[in-house]
This record gives sequence, C-alpha cells and structure tokens, in this order.
Amino acid sequence: MSTLTLDPIAAKASLLKKDGGQLLEVSMGPQHPSTHGVFRMDVVLDGENVVKLKPIFGYLHRNHEKIAEDETYLGSMPYTDRLDYFCSITNNWAYALAVESLAGIEVPERAQYIRVITAELTRLQNHASLVGFLMQDMGASGTPLMYAFREREKILDLFESLTGARMMCNYMRFGGCRVDLPTGWLDQAKKVVAAFPKFLDEFENLLVSNEILMARTQGVGIIPAELIVNAGITGPLLRASGVNYDLRKVDKYGIYDRFTFRVPLGDHGDVYDRYMIRILEMRESVKILEQAMRDIPEGPFTDPKTKVRNFRPKPGEAYGRIEAPKGELGFYLISDGSPNPYRYRVRPPSLINLTVLEEMCLNRNIADVVIILGSVDIVMGEVDR
Amino acid sequence: MFGSGVLKGMAETARNFLGSYVDKDRLTTVQYPEEHAPRIEASRNFPFLVYDGPDPMAGLRCVSCFICEKECPPKCIIIEKSTDKKPDAVGKPQAYPVKFNIDVSVCMSCQICVEVCPFDAIKMDVDFEQTATSRFDALLRTKQQLAKSNEYYHQIHPTEAAAVDAELAAARAKAAAPKPAPAVAAAKPATPAPTSAAMASPVATAPPTAAPPAPPTALSSRPEAACRSGETRSATTEASPTPDAPAPPAKETASE
Repeated sequence: MSTLTLDPIAAKASLLKKDGGQLLEVSMGPQHPSTHGVFRMDVVLDGENVVKLKPIFGYLHRNHEKIAEDETYLGSMPYTDRLDYFCSITNNWAYALAVESLAGIEVPERAQYIRVITAELTRLQNHASLVGFLMQDMGASGTPLMYAFREREKILDLFESLTGARMMCNYMRFGGCRVDLPTGWLDQAKKVVAAFPKFLDEFENLLVSNEILMARTQGVGIIPAELIVNAGITGPLLRASGVNYDLRKVDKYGIYDRFTFRVPLGDHGDVYDRYMIRILEMRESVKILEQAMRDIPEGPFTDPKTKVRNFRPKPGEAYGRIEAPKGELGFYLISDGSPNPYRYRVRPPSLINLTVLEEMCLNRNIADVVIILGSVDIVMGEVDR
Repeated sequence: MFGSGVLKGMAETARNFLGSYVDKDRLTTVQYPEEHAPRIEASRNFPFLVYDGPDPMAGLRCVSCFICEKECPPKCIIIEKSTDKKPDAVGKPQAYPVKFNIDVSVCMSCQICVEVCPFDAIKMDVDFEQTATSRFDALLRTKQQLAKSNEYYHQIHPTEAAAVDAELAAARAKAAAPKPAPAVAAAKPATPAPTSAAMASPVATAPPTAAPPAPPTALSSRPEAACRSGETRSATTEASPTPDAPAPPAKETASE
C-alpha cells in the first residue's frame, strides 16, 4: 500500500485492489465522539477490515514547550494542568519533581504524603472515567459513564475544596504544595475512599461478566510484549501485556516505597485486559490511599526556603518522571541560571502510547478501532501540547 | 448461562434507579438554573481588587507595583501607575493604579497573581455566571469593575479573609509602633499626618465587623496567609514614608 496522497487520481489508483475491487479511505475525526478530542485517523478499509491506519495529530497544538521557555519556572505550573486535563495534579507533580531535582530542593514529609494522596485520587478518577468512556465507545450509552462520573464528582469536590479548582488545580509548588489540607478535608477524603470499593463492586457487577463486553473486547487489539517494550509504551497498556514495570515500584519517587501495594498485570494484552488492569489498579490505589491517610504526619507542607518569585536554579539539566495514570510522564529541563528554563520538554504518555495504534488495529473491524483507541486512554491536550 | 452477565448488570442499574428515590448518595445532580450546588469555600475563578472603606477607588489596596503583571503566566493584567501618591492600607504613601485592567478572556484562573501580591490587594472571586456579547469590551475589566469591598471578600472566603485581615492589622500595628521618631520628622514639613489617620480609621474598623451572612460548606479553612513568609511582607515595610510625600489631593478619587 502506497502512502496516502492528495492527488485524487493517484489516490484512486492506490486504492485499487488486484482482484478489481476497491479499498475505501475514510477520515475518522477530527471531530468524532469516539476520538476523545480533536484527533484524526486516516483509515483505509477493505470492506470492513482495516488495512492501513494513519493517526494525524496537531489540531490542539498550543506551543506549550516554547511558551514555557519564556515563562518563569512557576509560571509554567498552571500550563501543565492543561496537558492532561483529567490529571492535573500528577502533571504538577512530574513538573515539580523535575524542578526540584534541578534545584536540589527537599520536600517535607507532610507534603510528600499530600502528594501521594492527591495523585492517587487523581488515578482513581482518571481510571473511573476512562472505563466509563470505553463503555460509551462500545455503545453502553451513558449508564457506566454516568456512574463513573458520579464517583469522579466526589473526588473533584475534594480537589476543589483543597486547591480551589476542580480540574485546573495548579496545586504543587517546588518544595511542597500550595496550601495545607483544610480542616476536615482528610475526614471527607477518607469517607470518599472508603465508599470507593463499593462503587468498584457495583461496576464489576454491571460489566465484568457481561457477555457483550467480553465478545467485543477479548482478543481485540492484541499487542505483544516485545513490540510494546520496543515502542516505549508505558502505563496500564504495558502492564496489560504482562510487562511488570511501574515507576512507583521502579523509581520509588516520593515516598512510594513506604506503601504496600501490588502491580496488576495482564496476560493477553487485549482490550479486556486493559480494562481489567484499570479496575484492579483502582483497587490498589484505594489501598495506597488508606495507608497514606492513616500515616500522614503533621508538619510543614512546603519548604519555607524556596522562593515564589525570582526562582533561579543553578545551571544544569534534570529529568523528572512519575507514573501518571496514563503512563510515564516526564519533564526534561535545562537551566542556564536565568529565571526561565533554557529548554523545557514534556514526555507525554498519551502521544507515545498512540504510536502503536496501527499495529493494534490492523485486520480488525472499523468498530474495533473505536474501542482500541478508547482502551489506549488518550487526552489530546497532552498528545498535541 | 449465556446472558446471565447482562442480566446481572441490568439488576445493578435497577438497584441504582430505585435507590435514587431513597438514597441521597445515588441522586447527586441538581437542577442547575433553579438550584445551585453548595459552594465550596476555596473555589476560585477570576481575580478582583480589594478595597477598604466606603470609596472603591480611594480604598484600593493596590499600589501598582507591577509584580502581578510580570508574574501573570498568560499576561492578562495591564497596569498604569500614578505619578502622585496616597496612603495605602498600612498608612504609607504609595502610588496607586491609574489603570488596572484584566482581560478575563485571557485569564486562566491560576491564582498566581494572588500568591505573589505582597499587599493582599488582588484576590480570587467566585462568580462563575458571566456572559458577554463581545470579546473586547465586556471581557476587558477595568479597575472600576474589578474593585470589590473587603466585606465581599469576607463573604466569599471567610477564613482566608480573616487571616489576611489579622496579617494586615499586625503590619499596621508594626508600622504604627515605631512611628513617634519618624512621625515628628514627617509632621514638620507638610500635613501627611491627618490624611493617613483619616485613611487608617475606616480600615481599622471595617474588617472585623463583617460577618459572613452565608458561610460556604465547612470543608475548608485556608492558612494560606500563614504560609506567606515574612519576605513578602517586608516589601511594604521597606518602602519607608518619605517626609516630602504630598498629601493626596481630594480629587484623586475621581481619577480616570
């Protein structure tokens, strides 16, 4: 198959099959409800089977990295919220981690716990809504998504009472967090977390043994472990293919070495495994949250020595990475000693996880493309930046 | 049996549907325009300027130091500084903004202006129901539109405002305490003393009386002001009152 071309005659010729039949080139998106944002796929179909798929991104490009080179270090923090707008707190954390290792800032104990608690809450709400969206893509119109959003709303209320915003939290600061936990917040959070397993049970009752779900997802979008490692895929996708790699265990950034939790792994690497991995990860996150909320100490929530203004790290470079809900989120920074970073680079999990989309979709139905894309869990704000 | 999984799921939806009649946890939506969800105290959206006393333009705490303009990530604040001076919330002669515009269509509600302001002059509002028919006139807020009273600030963020007031009172006491020595010198050339006293009196009386009529949900108390180090506060104290500071003319309230 030759590359897709704008010349209509050549395009038509390239779509002719040897047996006289014709291939059909379909443009899915950019504004299609199944594409999770403005994302376009050029799909070449033989009947209903995908023979070629070309992802086209860039519709949501906002020049994030270049803008950050003109901003102060703190000024980029609210922009990181807008990368993966579902998980603004984990984005903040990855960026704060990079700047902290650049400037050699220590984070107080309490702030570490607050970071773990907020990040795991973020993981809960991201996975819950992802599963809801996946079901929506499959045609379960509304019900699972609304149940997931009902739970997500409780977590967003917690975020709002802590940070002031539901989604654009802008919460982490270099050396800690912006504000301390308000009085009563922890009790409220404990209540939400204690009720969460009930929701997961409900969700499993609703879906896990559903025959339609199994028929649609099992054996679909398989991606072998070898390819997934070579392509640099991280996060739940990688673990669904059976590769045991979780930065919370590998890097033990923050204080993750203090908690006991397991890393769920899949066997087949199909859509069903990716779906189940999310459910199991939510259960493990609940365990981490219970431990963190039990052990959180009193103390300062931020390093009092770090300045808000005129923050100039010494020249050097740093890479900070965390296990974001979607995979490895990394920030690479070079400082030349000025108040602005010399280079600012984001390693977005969504973009890199999208690169194997064609391999997953080849020889599947067009309807499978929708759920395979849904199982990758992308947010276009992060893909295009 | 094939289909038992589907039936199990249906039973779950039925339980949720029927449960929504008895269990409040299962019915979480509100009918928005008629009904409002309870407001969370910490919530924020756009900045406003705080003023003390009865006159919005005279009582603005802003001294047009340009820190927020410089630190604002999307650069949505436009300030023009005055050439004359008037006493600020602590009683020191300071410049004031002739023009203070915020382009709300650009603002991304990140609160960094609030964090860097050393004078507690800019705070976050909670008013989210905003519409406009044009991008440029209605969404470019001038200082007249942005000015809101300290009482209003107490209404929307009670705990935070109380902390800020305590901090300001402490700064004012600190500014007043060592006064005798420089005050003699300052009193000699002109008449800055009566004006600063006149400015200070409504400021000192107003804040504690403002009782929040409808306290938001008790989910938060924000010791944000406490996290401010003394470093930012010292910015106000280091600008010592110059003896030749002109008494602010009465007409300045009508400037702009």
